[in-house]
Amino acid sequence: MALVEQGAPHRRPDRPHIFWTMRRRQLLWVWSFLAIPVLFYGVIRFYPTGQAFWLSLTDWDLMSEPSFIGLENYTRLFADPQFGSVFRNTFAYLIMGTPISLLLSFLIAYALDRVRFGHTFLRALYFLPFITTASAMAWVWRWFYQPAPIGVINDFLSGFGIPQLAFLNSTTWALPSIMVTAIWAGLGFQIIIFMAGLRAIPATYYEAARIDGLGEGAILRRITLPLLKPTTVFLVVFSSIGFLRIFDQVYNMTTNDPGGPLGSTKPLVLMIYQTAFSSYQMGYAAAQTVVLFTILLIVSLLQLWVLRERA
Amino acid sequence: MRKGILFAGLMAGVSPLTVSPAQAVEIEYWQYVFETRVTAMDQLIAAFEAANPDITVKQVTFPYADYQTRVVAANMAQQGPDVLQLFYGWADQFIGGKVIQPLSPDVFPHAQIEADFFPIVSAMKRGDDYYGLPTAVRSLALFYNKDLMTAAGLDPNTPPTTLEELVTQAKAMTEVDGAGNMSTAGMTLDMGGQDHQWWREVLVRQFGGVPYSEDGATVTYNDAAGAAALKFYTDLQTVEKIGQRGFMDEGQAAFRAGRAGFTIDGTFRLGSYRTIEDFEWGVTELPANADGVRSNYASYFANAIGAGAEGEELEAAQKFLAYISSEEAMKIWLDVVGELPARRSAAMTEENLANPIYAPFLKGLDYARTTLFLDEAAQRQNTIDMANRILIEGQSVEESLAAAAEAEQAIIDRVKQ
Amino acid sequence: MTTALAMPRINPGRILIWTLLFLGGVIMVTPLIFMFSTSLKTAGQVYDLRMIPAAPTLDNYVRVLSDGRFLRWFFNSTFIALTVTLSNVFFDSLVGYTLAKFRFRGRYFVFLAILSTLMIPTEMLVIPWYLMSAEFGWLNSYWGIMFPGMMTAFGTFLMKQFFETVPDDFLEAARIDGLNEFTIWWRVAMPLVTPALSALAIFTFLGNWTAFFWPLIVTTSQDLYTLPIGLSSFAVEQAIQWEMIMTGAALATLPTLAVFLLLQRYIVRGVMLAGLKG
Repeated sequence: MALVEQGAPHRRPDRPHIFWTMRRRQLLWVWSFLAIPVLFYGVIRFYPTGQAFWLSLTDWDLMSEPSFIGLENYTRLFADPQFGSVFRNTFAYLIMGTPISLLLSFLIAYALDRVRFGHTFLRALYFLPFITTASAMAWVWRWFYQPAPIGVINDFLSGFGIPQLAFLNSTTWALPSIMVTAIWAGLGFQIIIFMAGLRAIPATYYEAARIDGLGEGAILRRITLPLLKPTTVFLVVFSSIGFLRIFDQVYNMTTNDPGGPLGSTKPLVLMIYQTAFSSYQMGYAAAQTVVLFTILLIVSLLQLWVLRERA
Repeated sequence: MRKGILFAGLMAGVSPLTVSPAQAVEIEYWQYVFETRVTAMDQLIAAFEAANPDITVKQVTFPYADYQTRVVAANMAQQGPDVLQLFYGWADQFIGGKVIQPLSPDVFPHAQIEADFFPIVSAMKRGDDYYGLPTAVRSLALFYNKDLMTAAGLDPNTPPTTLEELVTQAKAMTEVDGAGNMSTAGMTLDMGGQDHQWWREVLVRQFGGVPYSEDGATVTYNDAAGAAALKFYTDLQTVEKIGQRGFMDEGQAAFRAGRAGFTIDGTFRLGSYRTIEDFEWGVTELPANADGVRSNYASYFANAIGAGAEGEELEAAQKFLAYISSEEAMKIWLDVVGELPARRSAAMTEENLANPIYAPFLKGLDYARTTLFLDEAAQRQNTIDMANRILIEGQSVEESLAAAAEAEQAIIDRVKQ
Repeated sequence: MTTALAMPRINPGRILIWTLLFLGGVIMVTPLIFMFSTSLKTAGQVYDLRMIPAAPTLDNYVRVLSDGRFLRWFFNSTFIALTVTLSNVFFDSLVGYTLAKFRFRGRYFVFLAILSTLMIPTEMLVIPWYLMSAEFGWLNSYWGIMFPGMMTAFGTFLMKQFFETVPDDFLEAARIDGLNEFTIWWRVAMPLVTPALSALAIFTFLGNWTAFFWPLIVTTSQDLYTLPIGLSSFAVEQAIQWEMIMTGAALATLPTLAVFLLLQRYIVRGVMLAGLKG
């Protein structure tokens, strides 16, 4: 207010154009742009995060008031034999799913990138599954995996006299069977991203390499792969997180024995869902979500670190 | 504090109970959404209101998956219903959470309840109190595919009466294709369906065992009888090869598709099987063992009075409960919903016993048992896993049974404590 | 192809690669083909695994659609996905723009805070969201399904990246012309990033159209189900009648497939853009 100009006595002292300097006006714009979003992130993201941590320390079951029980949910979780198998399953999806899907999608993208004839058509074939609804396609796959006489794959096999495979009815094969559907659904996306990465490599690099007399294999090893690294890092992290959070397929493919025979396909997210919304053990479920959060955090940081090291 | 708001919020969809001091008293009745049940209840309410003009009953329904949570939440907010329907297996939870109150013995004399209702009504009794009365009950029976029986050279009018006949007849109907894959199952094996009830309350008893202690707190099936019952069940796949777990995904689907000769299922499946057009089917009592011992598993949804009801609402609630568990109400329920009456006199009528479909279920009710579940989903899963360890992983019957008994005891102990 | 001149360019290796790619592509769409073909079969023909039904019939579609539930779920999914997409396009770009183009105290903090929410998995938030929905009466409502996704850190980050490529001169010129900041963003900056906006829209729409976990928890009545939830409950309710389940699955998949075939170029480009910058 000390800025009121002396040469303007007729103006009211609170006249805005003096207070509202350019800078202040901009600040007002900034915070009015950010007001709703800041509120949103605070209320819908940060507050619930804190609440999840807090709930994980209580025994809340919807029936009675939550009471603080310290780390009891966590000690119970690590002693729970089910958690052991759920943990193994969750990582089995990741450890098998990520490399297989990345390798496949790279090979396909690499080949597809060189194909001109029917390019759009071929690309569409691979991309289509990505835009389907996981819960719908899970039922299609569930039908594919049935034993004879109804299952498509087993019927196909028995046509060649090959004995049928148990797929979802086997404790060994149920998890890989479900994983295949997840790979199938995500492959199109990864192919497209790899192709975008390949296109982004300047053609001059290749020309220079050919002039130097490098073969296809050497070009791939020395130029394509290193330059594709940002894309690869992104896809590794993206697909790892996807496999660690797998749910839709498992939920729909095993509705009559949730989590597959003897829990052999049950991932962490399904355990969380059952604990919270079937048994109403909210505190215990919250502890499981905190564990999931920690796993995701560690895996993402680890992968970023490992891949950065080799730069 | 937060919880107060939470439960008020949960209740937002439900208009608060209006307590008018005027002559008319309004009570609320809650059940889950199932078309025929809601229709039947509408009819019952109309009849009740006509007979009691000073009482109005408002029916409130929720989806099944959400029902338990709604009831518990509403109760915390003191906005619970006056009369509500609950699965008998939830009784402990609802009594513990003070959701329902005991029935006054003056209005509902115990001697009369025990004389009139089927014995399974005792599952709603805790200590000296009854906490609810059923309108209708469900039991199990053996469904058979007449066309498959005829094709296998069996007489479709003499379905199996003993376990031995069950196996021989099923074997006759089983078909295997050239690659060695089962194409028609003699019998469905589906622990996730009703087989777990069949094993627990029927087979275990038929082999001379008892599944649980009288109060349901102790698992008692881990003995020679339990093992023999489990061996009989798993042998159906591994030795007799008349069925296969996972065949056609679900047992009921295999039977529906005409790909299974026998299946064990409940009254609630009748609606679905009535739409079968491709073949003739029949129903018979669950087979007896060699000594003629029979058993069955029955379950029901009971109606109970909410803990919050008092004064004239309580009186109205008692009248309404008495009406919906009357013989008249049970007849309407049978006609509209197709569930069996819970009173002997309403169930065992000549007409019902002459009905080829209802009769086997009704006969089963007379000797039916009911499991005092503490966590139905977990206990069912435990039985599924017990069979899977043998059928998929090749574990021995004894080991799997012992593991199942131990795990189930842990489930019970956790809920009981 | 057939001309002799073109022949030298086609060597056996290329043909082999093309054939392999084609076979792989066929395998990729096999589940979709079987889904459609079975949806045209009667219950009796389901075991006959021919790709082209002997006597195709639309009976299943008539039966599935007759009670109106699928149409309702279709409407719900469309409405929800569209609303959430609009909200994201608006707010994510507004925040992305603000963070990219203004210098103010707390800018870095706000950016980091929003970015850090990328690390928090939805699964951790669903229990608190469920309680929040219960407190505010949002359970089983459109808003209850939509509120968690109204803004996303991914979208904000993406838009910030793109707005950073917009030259400041454009904005300064607009300021000199006396436009207010909102108008500058909406009229000047937004049109310059339309490819990014369409990428964001495609991603948000697809993500919400196929969303399963949160809608499964927050919806309780059939009227409010989205297509994925409706289909899942429909499939369970059909008690393994595959021809009916396949019809339902086809109905849930058809709309997106149709849109994709129409807009393939834009969608693929959008996915590339979002994937590379995101």
